[in-house]
Amino acid sequence: MSSMVNLTIKDAREKLDRKEISSVELTKVFLENIKKHNESLNAFLAVTEDEALRNAASADERIANGESTPMLGIPVALKDLFQTKGIRTTAGSKVLENYIAQYDGTVVKKLKAAGAVLLGKTNLDAWAHGSSGENSDFGPTKNPYNTDFVPGGSSSGSPVAVASEMALAASGTDTGGSIRLPASFCNVVGLKPTYGRVSRYGVIAMASSLDSIGHFTKTVEDNAMYLQITAGHDKMDATTPHVEVPNYTKNINTGVKGLRIGVPKEYVIEGLDPKVKDMIEETLKWYEDEGAEIINISLPHTSYAIEVYYIIQTAEVSSNLARYTGIRYGKDRSYFSDEAKRRIMLGTYVLSAGYYDAFYKKAMQVRTLLKNDFEEAFKKIDVMITPASPTLPWKLGAKTDDPLAMYLSDIFTVHANLVGVPGLSVPVGIIDGLPVGMQILGPHFSEAKLFQVGYAYEKAHPIWKERPAL
Amino acid sequence: MSKYTPIIGLEVHVELKTKSKMFCGCSAEYFGKEPNTHTCPVCLGLPGALPVPNRQAIDWCIMIALALKCEINTFSKFDRKNYFYPDLPKGYQISQYDLPFGKNGEIRLKNGKKIGITRVHMEEDTGKLMHQEIEGNKTTLIDFNRSSLPLVEIVTEPDFHTSEDVVEYLQRLQRIVRYLEVSNADMDKGDMRLEPNISLSLDPEILPNYKVEVKNINSFRFVGKSIEFEIKRQEKILESNKTPAQETRGWNEERNETVSQRIKEEANDYRYFPEPDIPPIITLESKIISLKEGLPELQEEKISRFMKLFGISEYDADILTREKGLANYFEEAAALGFKKDIKAKQIANEIINNKIDYSSTPVKNLIDEILVKSKVEEIDEAELEKTIDKVLSENQKAVDDYKSGKESVIMFLVGQCMRLIGRKVDANFIKARLVNRLT
Repeated sequence: MSSMVNLTIKDAREKLDRKEISSVELTKVFLENIKKHNESLNAFLAVTEDEALRNAASADERIANGESTPMLGIPVALKDLFQTKGIRTTAGSKVLENYIAQYDGTVVKKLKAAGAVLLGKTNLDAWAHGSSGENSDFGPTKNPYNTDFVPGGSSSGSPVAVASEMALAASGTDTGGSIRLPASFCNVVGLKPTYGRVSRYGVIAMASSLDSIGHFTKTVEDNAMYLQITAGHDKMDATTPHVEVPNYTKNINTGVKGLRIGVPKEYVIEGLDPKVKDMIEETLKWYEDEGAEIINISLPHTSYAIEVYYIIQTAEVSSNLARYTGIRYGKDRSYFSDEAKRRIMLGTYVLSAGYYDAFYKKAMQVRTLLKNDFEEAFKKIDVMITPASPTLPWKLGAKTDDPLAMYLSDIFTVHANLVGVPGLSVPVGIIDGLPVGMQILGPHFSEAKLFQVGYAYEKAHPIWKERPAL
Repeated sequence: MSKYTPIIGLEVHVELKTKSKMFCGCSAEYFGKEPNTHTCPVCLGLPGALPVPNRQAIDWCIMIALALKCEINTFSKFDRKNYFYPDLPKGYQISQYDLPFGKNGEIRLKNGKKIGITRVHMEEDTGKLMHQEIEGNKTTLIDFNRSSLPLVEIVTEPDFHTSEDVVEYLQRLQRIVRYLEVSNADMDKGDMRLEPNISLSLDPEILPNYKVEVKNINSFRFVGKSIEFEIKRQEKILESNKTPAQETRGWNEERNETVSQRIKEEANDYRYFPEPDIPPIITLESKIISLKEGLPELQEEKISRFMKLFGISEYDADILTREKGLANYFEEAAALGFKKDIKAKQIANEIINNKIDYSSTPVKNLIDEILVKSKVEEIDEAELEKTIDKVLSENQKAVDDYKSGKESVIMFLVGQCMRLIGRKVDANFIKARLVNRLT
């Protein structure tokens, strides 16, 4: 089955439709890979083998009946925040160690209806609190390019599963960079869609006004195919507007001639790894050579983004975690690990009487300024390109004792969550054996444009094909 | 007369009778249902579930606010009220904080006093705790059928000084929500929950530095009693130069007194913040106008219309309009009566004096009844003369009294005649004949 290495959704789709392979065969390949690699990488918290094979068999039937939809028969993995009926769903926390989900969330329902095959639930920083994957109560996920290094987080298991051929695609959540950062660390494509583009119903909330549901794939086109299934208004989520879902693959190959790419000057910061900086500059140079216009722009309030993020996010976290009292979910609050406790305390503090105005309210006001910055910028440009992370992946344990250093790794990504715009992380190169990604940001609901911009680069630079040696 | 003036404010929760709950599609019919059968991930607060507001409930909340003459916040939102209680599955209640749907309204009492309405806001109900002994263990069970039902909270200014005014306000409020047909407002089913806060002040213009809240009151009568009790209790404390504790007390029905439940050392910190799962609610002016135009005629307006149109007294009009159903019944009867030459006043009397059950007495039957009662029969001249002779001869004292100027006794004699005749005859006719004979 060597033909299944470096397989994309698109390839698999063609092979399935031509009956060269069956979904059951495909699924077995990935289940085999999980058995081979998961012990060293710790990407999966649960593998749903029986369910996967059942899904695959029924997908094969549908294919035999002539059906062909983007995700039919495609094996995927889900971050362990997604409610999957009858399957243990832990949020990476001991608090929910024995919690069996009682219902399927909207994305899960859509994937099931589309015939996707669920391989299992992936590891994450507990409650999605973290940037490295090390905050999981079930052990850290390892970077497949070098298992001494972190894969990024909080969606750690999902990109690792895709990078190491343990799933063809995977879903995650992005509250401050939790898809884009690990995607860049694992040499996969990761999309954080516009806030509200994909329903949050049935995904354990981290910070409700910031959470976006997105996907990891090997290629940009695969990501577009995946989003095609999950995007759209959901009557179960009041924050999903009635904005039409375009055909995400239709114009993906239109190139970048005349495209106006903004480069925010505030993103050149102390702590930006010069090697990463050089690589992004090279990337921008390539776009310029292809006929795009590079425009220096300013997002004047950028320096407040992290502070604003850690006020609003912790406030919402403190409220969202209040239900885990020990009365209904088995384990009491002493099972929360340090990071969750830290955020509950911070969030409780910033919402408290006497502090609300100074912290939460002020942060909400600055959030409006950040939105204005973006609105102004997008009058002059089509997209922005920045590094996804200021640094390369770091060694396991390097930042675990320094929460502030950990928080700062999200410095290029939190902005998009505060503003609600989409961001796509696309591999741009490998440095010292470790992947680097760029982040492409666009206005609200510009996912098709982001795919188009990412696709052009990827076509010329198929970095994604450099799979890790496992 | 006490030197203290009671200062009383009121918080009332009204459960709306929408078909589904406030934030999910579960049936809102919870009363008497098997526990935890009307639940879903949303009202159970399961991980990942999200609230979607019930548009009908919001419209009804705005209608209540409009009926209470409130200003409507065209830009409104929901907020999270964070607190722990086992009946609150999410660890917070979705409520409204600084931008309630309605604000600055009023209700006018019969004595002309204006009770200010501070705010009318929307929130969700909690589950219900049931304390039971199971296999010898004292256990608390939780029924989430009521969880996330739509509640409207109506808060007044501290404008009341007597328990009578409070009770009248409550009756008016109950009638308003029933007229609007947005709540059954049945006290015994918990559709209306009342929480007076009471304190005493030497100067009615100055709010005292403490406040006692009374909860768990399940009838208007007990609200009155608990206020009376509190006034006496607090007066005693103040007279001994102490300040009553800032606390929540409960009404104990058996002991006819309030009992301390929770001393509030400091105000609760609910850490309100905007509910991120629900976008702000924008209500267009045109929507407010159409809701306003759709408001039914309320009791006050009905009373003045009835008085004008039917020529009945304010007293009668008030009774006839306490329930919308009765008011409609009366109007129908009056219309039918008009065709048959029966005065509206007569119909009002019939309904009020005989406590007619309008739900079981068709309008036509009522009118027929009145017709029968008012029908007079012809009487034979000879028979009448004979009867009068007999009555006058048997009631010599009455005759003497009449002749000596006590004219009211004539009605006694009329009554005697009618008794002997034994049929419905025109009393005025008999009276005239009697007067003739006696003068």
